[in-house]
Amino acid sequence: MARIAGVDIPKQKRGVIALTYIYGIGKSRAQEILEKAEVSQDTKVSDWSDDEIGRIRDAVSGFTIEGELRSETQLNIKRLMDIGCYRGIRHRSGLPLRGQRTKNNSRTRKGKRKTVANKKKATK
Amino acid sequence: MARSLKKGPYVHYSLEKKVQQNVDSGKKTVIKTWSRASMITPDFVGQTIAVHNGKQFVPVYVTENMVGHKLGEFSPTRSFRGHAGAKNKGKR
Repeated sequence: MARIAGVDIPKQKRGVIALTYIYGIGKSRAQEILEKAEVSQDTKVSDWSDDEIGRIRDAVSGFTIEGELRSETQLNIKRLMDIGCYRGIRHRSGLPLRGQRTKNNSRTRKGKRKTVANKKKATK
Repeated sequence: MARSLKKGPYVHYSLEKKVQQNVDSGKKTVIKTWSRASMITPDFVGQTIAVHNGKQFVPVYVTENMVGHKLGEFSPTRSFRGHAGAKNKGKR
């Protein structure tokens, strides 16, 4: 059982891939970490020795990850909302921030479609 | 794309002059401007700038957090009031 940065226990995977299970670590950061810790990228997590795990922990601690990173992004968003700038307003209303169209699509920001009842058709 | 650092932040020259005047004399007069593209520099903090949104001047009180943003970001040019018939369900 490898336990790095709190709760993350990826196992049975190659080192690079397993590290990306940590929030805030992608492939390039994982490569960087393994290079710094001098561990081969191809060794499985289960094959890591305690010594190697220690070095990987050290390398990982150089980044802001997990809860700390999450709260940081939340703070950034909160700052935008508090100063009342355009991006903050868009965050508040749950719409895309970067000028994308909202006539259709942008479902990621807007969430599931909310159907509005049909308008009554003019009766002949 | 970000602006070249070599040039420094863009502030319209007349706006810069007026802000500087306000800072020098310690006054807090409202400065009207159309220059939405001007960046808020640290000098602006504490000043009230009336930024045109195409129709009227929206007063913006500049705080420390706003430094680095453009004036236009604080003066929305569109006013979406919700769709017709959505009055009861409106979240605001």
